[in-house]
Amino acid sequence: MIYAVFAPLIITLLIPLLSKWKERVHTGWFILPVPILIFIYFVQFVGENFTPHSESYSWIPSLNISIDFYLDGLSLLFVLLISGIGSLVVLYSIYYLHKSEQLKQFYIYLYIFMFSMLGVVLSDNVFVLYSFWEFTSLSSFLLIGYWHYRERSRYGALKSMLITVFGGLSLFGGLITLSVITETTSIQAMIEQKDLIVNHSLFPLILVFILLGAFTKSAQFPFHIWLPDAMEAPTPVSAYLHSATMVKAGIFLVARFSPILGGEPSFFIIVSLFGIVTLFWASFMAVRQTDLKGILAFSTVSQLGMIMAMLGFGTDVAIFAAVFHILNHATFKGSLFMIAGIVDHETGTRDVRKLGGLMTFMPMSATLALFGVFSMAGVPLPFFNGFYSKELFFESAIDLPGFSGAFVEFLQQAIPYIAVIGSIFTFVYSMYLFFSTFRGKYKEHELKTKPHEAPLGMLISPSILVLGVILIGLFPNMVNESFLAHAATAVFGDGFHAHEVKFWHGWESPALRMSLIVVGVGTILAITRKKWTSVYTVFPRRLSFNELYNYIVDSIEKGSTKITETYMTGSIRHYVSYILGSILIITGAILFITNGVTIEFDDLAPITIPEILVGLTMAIAAIASIFTNNRLSLIIIVGVVGYGLSVLFVIYRAPDLALTQLIVETVTVALFLLCFKHLPELKNLPSHPGVKSINFLISVGFGVLVTLIGISSHSSKLFSPISEYFIEESVPLGGGHNVVNVILVDMRGLDTLFEITVLGIAALAIYALIKLRHDKEAK
Amino acid sequence: MRTNDLIFRTTTSLIAFILLGFSFYLLLAGHNAPGGGFIGGLMTAAAILLMYMAYGFEAIRKIIPVNFKMVIPTGLFIAVLTGIGSFVFDQPFLSQTYGHFHLPILGDVELATAMIFDLGVYLTVVGVTLTIMLTIANDS
Repeated sequence: MIYAVFAPLIITLLIPLLSKWKERVHTGWFILPVPILIFIYFVQFVGENFTPHSESYSWIPSLNISIDFYLDGLSLLFVLLISGIGSLVVLYSIYYLHKSEQLKQFYIYLYIFMFSMLGVVLSDNVFVLYSFWEFTSLSSFLLIGYWHYRERSRYGALKSMLITVFGGLSLFGGLITLSVITETTSIQAMIEQKDLIVNHSLFPLILVFILLGAFTKSAQFPFHIWLPDAMEAPTPVSAYLHSATMVKAGIFLVARFSPILGGEPSFFIIVSLFGIVTLFWASFMAVRQTDLKGILAFSTVSQLGMIMAMLGFGTDVAIFAAVFHILNHATFKGSLFMIAGIVDHETGTRDVRKLGGLMTFMPMSATLALFGVFSMAGVPLPFFNGFYSKELFFESAIDLPGFSGAFVEFLQQAIPYIAVIGSIFTFVYSMYLFFSTFRGKYKEHELKTKPHEAPLGMLISPSILVLGVILIGLFPNMVNESFLAHAATAVFGDGFHAHEVKFWHGWESPALRMSLIVVGVGTILAITRKKWTSVYTVFPRRLSFNELYNYIVDSIEKGSTKITETYMTGSIRHYVSYILGSILIITGAILFITNGVTIEFDDLAPITIPEILVGLTMAIAAIASIFTNNRLSLIIIVGVVGYGLSVLFVIYRAPDLALTQLIVETVTVALFLLCFKHLPELKNLPSHPGVKSINFLISVGFGVLVTLIGISSHSSKLFSPISEYFIEESVPLGGGHNVVNVILVDMRGLDTLFEITVLGIAALAIYALIKLRHDKEAK
Repeated sequence: MRTNDLIFRTTTSLIAFILLGFSFYLLLAGHNAPGGGFIGGLMTAAAILLMYMAYGFEAIRKIIPVNFKMVIPTGLFIAVLTGIGSFVFDQPFLSQTYGHFHLPILGDVELATAMIFDLGVYLTVVGVTLTIMLTIANDS
């Protein structure tokens, strides 16, 4: 199984080599066998006696992360969709993409996507699942932006990336919480601990996190906005990613976690509500679109909402209908996208307003589209598979799970009505899509080229998909027992009973009545479409979710720029006041919170008159330095403080320090004099009195803080100092009577070594600064 | 136009040597009395700076034909070498030792390896101070 998953990734390594001959043989031909072989491999598992398979490969054992593959009915359904439609899409793309395109990139991205999608549906380890999940976001981003020189492509790619990665990260949070609670990383092991998870206080958080991930990926309301913009991708990509596979990853996720999260009122409310709202809103909005792929995008969103709603219902009919519709939707939507691509390819436009009357020019495409569209609309004829899943949907919408609660009861009342209204609009946009493209008047002057039938190779893939539509339509129970029942069991649990799909339920069946209402009202609305489309202008465009998205992205950018501009002024004065101010606030707060201020008078030495005199001199000099405007006098005044310090060292019996301080002070003053000679006079910078008082507060506060820290640390000596040891061992160990010097060169010589290194670096840096400045000027 | 600073120059030739002598004293006495490589180095640099102030840069170059920039790595090299030297005797980095030796003329003298380290400090400080001061002073 691992070879089947990694095969697309491995083949991408060869694609750059293979694409060298792309002028003679289209690169797609070389790699077409890969998904076909994967499909054949997985088809072998289909059968009535199917039991789940699992394989495990070690990856990061210390974190309990291993590449576990778990193939149950649900995974099998998805891998067959991925590999099957993948093969058809590759075949289609061979005819769709010209050899002059950058085929290398296209197929590499596409196969990375295929690889990651296989990984998502087969992973049992939540962290491996997440890795593959992000891989799908990434490869989808690359594919949407395939024509990267187009502004719209880049916009769409970024938008889908932001939204799906936002959801992906939320999913990651949910998975981490789950694995922390259950102490396992395997989904199957988590299912066994369902009670623990459901009763845990973090359960709502997990539910929201995971559903957020699923809703963003599957383009549920209101996160659906990325999908219409993702239509800037090449049509094979739209057909593959944005109808059959990636957008179903969210569906898959909800289905996969249904055994854990499902069966709860909160799960029912959230998932059904979002699903049914998405169904209604997207089918309503689809009628407004003028772009073929735009209609299909909203239609995809709407159908995904329907599947999501059924997963939310959670009854066995609903689950079966959901699984059935996943299969049906993949067949008819894939073929419709391909037809849209053909129309675009042969006429040069996808704008519905310019198209019309293409039936006579493209009879094959029109026939294929007819089947896809009528299946999508759910027309009650026995060769459209969409009808069956739609009727099962109605059936499940009437028979909802019996949770109690006022909101739940309201929802149970409302869902059947919303389902019918949504389906009416589905019918309307389906008819609109077909009739405005293939029937009506042929607008010759609107089209650049004379339309003609697509090459045969391009028609193969949609034909196979439409064949699937008809076959499932004629024999709806063909794959039930052997295939779909296993998928539904994986979602629903062991109590699932296979459902027999019947075309005719009798007049008494409410689902049939609902279907008839849909067809009846839908036909009327479709015929009178032009008269009521003004409804859409009631909602101004600036209230749409796209505008909201743009506004959020814009204001995040502008807001962060604004915030950065307010505090990053470029003025060092400001930065210093931030640093000192934050030290003052944080350290001061901690000092007072922890009761760190202690003042004791036990261990104090008597104060002598020389100390007072020197201290006073230094204090006066320090205060005077604030009020001088002349650099030279400032240096001298600061020098007074320095010399005062060396006098203090003398008083406190530190001859080495006194000597060093004396000379260093002299040297520094000399240096200052040398440098400041070249600088202009100090100017009183004009500053706001408020700023001045803040600076004053900060500096006074900082001084007080440091003083307090000094006093407190002196008052709370917890350990006896190490200096006794130095004094005792200076002569026996170091052979010297000058303890300071012995410490410097012997006991702690390493410090001294690095200090003189610092000095050396400083000297060379000053030399380099001064000399190189001249060199630069010379140039 | 340089003024005739005869008194300054004459006293300088006297004081500079006293200063130099004192700085060597500080360097050598460091182990047992206040002083050491750092102060000694600064004092030596001060003496040379005094000479520079009295006689100018050219005179210094003639009297002490040393590139002060090269004194810095020399000092650092000596200091590091003292540290590495302890490896020869299977001791950790920068282990110091001392001993009493009977030298001719001087008699019983205590010699410590720390002295060599201090010499490194001394040379570095001299080099650093003079490099900085002379570079800035000669920058027109």
